[in-house]
Amino acid sequence: MMKTLIKNGRVLDPAHQIDANLDVLAVDGKIAQIAAGIELPDAETIDAGGLLVVPGLIDIHVHLRDPGYEYKEDIVSGTRAAAAGGFAAVACMPNTNPINDNKAVTTYIRQKAAAEGQVRVYPVGSITKGLKGESLAEFGDLQAAGCVAVSDDGRPVTSGEIMRRALEYARSFQLPVISHAEDLSLVGDGVMNEGFVATQLGLRGIPWVAEDAAVARDVQLAEFTGARLHIAHVSTRGAVEIIRAAQRRGVPVTAETAPHYFTLTDEAVRGYDTHAKMNPPLRGAADVQAIRDGLADGTLSVIATDHAPHHVDEKNVEFNLALNGIVGLETALPLTLRLVEEGVLTLTEAIARLTIGPARALGLPGGTLEVGRAADITLVDPTCKWTLDPARLLSRSKNTPFGGWQLKGAAALTMVDGRVVYQR
Amino acid sequence: MVFRHKHILGIEQFTREEIHFILDTAESFKEINSRQIKKVPTLRGKTIINVFFEASTRTRTSFEVAAKRLSADTYNISASTSALVKGETLEDTAKNLEAMKPDIIVMRHNASGAPHYLADRCDFSVLNAGDGAHEHPSQALLDLMTMRQHKGRIEGLKVAIIGDITHSRVARSNLLALQKCGAEVRLCGPGTLLPTGVEQWGVPVFHRIEDAIDQADVVMMLRIQQERQGKTLLPSLREYAMYYGLNRSKLSLAREDAIVMHPGPMNRGVEISSEVADGPQNVILEQVENGVAVRMALLYLVSGGEQLEV
Repeated sequence: MMKTLIKNGRVLDPAHQIDANLDVLAVDGKIAQIAAGIELPDAETIDAGGLLVVPGLIDIHVHLRDPGYEYKEDIVSGTRAAAAGGFAAVACMPNTNPINDNKAVTTYIRQKAAAEGQVRVYPVGSITKGLKGESLAEFGDLQAAGCVAVSDDGRPVTSGEIMRRALEYARSFQLPVISHAEDLSLVGDGVMNEGFVATQLGLRGIPWVAEDAAVARDVQLAEFTGARLHIAHVSTRGAVEIIRAAQRRGVPVTAETAPHYFTLTDEAVRGYDTHAKMNPPLRGAADVQAIRDGLADGTLSVIATDHAPHHVDEKNVEFNLALNGIVGLETALPLTLRLVEEGVLTLTEAIARLTIGPARALGLPGGTLEVGRAADITLVDPTCKWTLDPARLLSRSKNTPFGGWQLKGAAALTMVDGRVVYQR
Repeated sequence: MVFRHKHILGIEQFTREEIHFILDTAESFKEINSRQIKKVPTLRGKTIINVFFEASTRTRTSFEVAAKRLSADTYNISASTSALVKGETLEDTAKNLEAMKPDIIVMRHNASGAPHYLADRCDFSVLNAGDGAHEHPSQALLDLMTMRQHKGRIEGLKVAIIGDITHSRVARSNLLALQKCGAEVRLCGPGTLLPTGVEQWGVPVFHRIEDAIDQADVVMMLRIQQERQGKTLLPSLREYAMYYGLNRSKLSLAREDAIVMHPGPMNRGVEISSEVADGPQNVILEQVENGVAVRMALLYLVSGGEQLEV
């Protein structure tokens, strides 16, 4: 029997409204006991004094780039970065090469993750074959092979008809549909948020209405079909308002945002910094405020990173040629804790957005600490201060706009199935 | 005044005093252009490479003439002959040029921010000859020089800039330069050609050309690119000419002594009628003439300016 005892920590489990100094015992990979003053001399003991003991963090939006783009990231490097960021589980998007639109690719991801990965990997299958937006992928097969949701992430499903049928068909399998909501005809050849900064820099803009209009369509389709919809990477005030109103009238829609959308505005693009180029783009101050409000009132129940590794050569080019996206696994936790520091979220809410929120959005196990469940546990040091050096990121790619930032808070230890996969 | 700029990336970097200093310097060079022998040894031994990633006749020739009149050695690279078409990155192109030890690279590029990219990575001086829809500083300076010659001042002038503001680097650089120098700028164009947030520049924005031109001292027409026609931005050049083209009757709303400017190349019959383009109020060829002087001044100033003999 393998016994691990986490002692002296502050256990914070938002799903059960637990916030107390308790010890947690894991036996053979499962949580065996959560109580005060557990003494067990033959257990391996981890001193969590001064640390938070929280459910293993879950990131439901990452790009592991494997198969096909291993020069950016692979399942080994990506899950190592996840573990270092405190994540015990990630859901990976299907825009690999080949695309994860069939069970062979799903099986490859699952098997490689099981053999070489550091954390749990939940594949997300594509909505349409080849991400082409034309015909549905085999949801049943994908689910049977291990996919937990479907998404054409990186591209919207442009046809309303296809999205409607995807929702209807996914509903038969109780499979959530994740929408990358953008009206591409409104995006045009935009490369950053449309607004005064873009006007000053002479860069083509992507208007906020491109996101709002697409979110509105998909929310209406979710209401029409009754299917489970999850909106990826919300970045605009309008999208938050549409989702909030839909949730109030009972539409089965959840939504996520990413740390950069509550931390940065389009001002970060000044100087033509390609590390501030992502899709959707960094928005204006009013949008950032609305995203924060949406996180606070639970409209946005999920913080997900949209971890998008790119090679240095893909960013070290003219702004309009640079690829979209930034790495996020190793900065999400401290950036989320900044919201606690700034009074936007309580600590419990912040942890909930990284644990039970994402677990519920996709119907995943975990996200809470329960006796008998897998011992996926993250120890968080909420006070340690550190400076982000991109070169030291464990992700294979270093494309972050937060290089040089003074951050506070970090994962001290990450445990998956009772096994320590990262220790600071 | 000591000119401390290694690069000229945009009007954004200059103060009002610096703008007037550049114009004063250009004035002093203007005389060279009317001499019998139009050449001075000022930049002898300096190497200037004109790298044009976008088609240009006027600006490239103007820079080349300016450099040669100052006795610099000049070389031209254009997109069709460069390695860029062979897939070389901008950084590699820049590093290869840098290895040839040029003193100044004059660059035009269709990507906004491309000259800043070069300036961040290389040793030579970068002179922006137009980047995307961002800035075209030498154009704005030659425009201000022309206005100053005709009006004796910039401050207080009512300047109407009319046309495709969204895609125009000429409009941006002129707006910044004129604002810094205290002119009263008005922007005008159809809603599809006015950029988002335009009002945050703090200038009046008009949809009717008649309102923008009213009592103006300067009317600056922007080029309408033919490819905008028939897409989503404009139904037709015919209708554009009707509502936004400058003709004699619309021009009569401006001050009697108003001047008409155009950065070229003109679409006669579209944004400007021939009767105005060739009329008594046009200063379009003076703009071109001043362009050489302004570019001589810029090349001279980034080369170390005052220590050099004119």
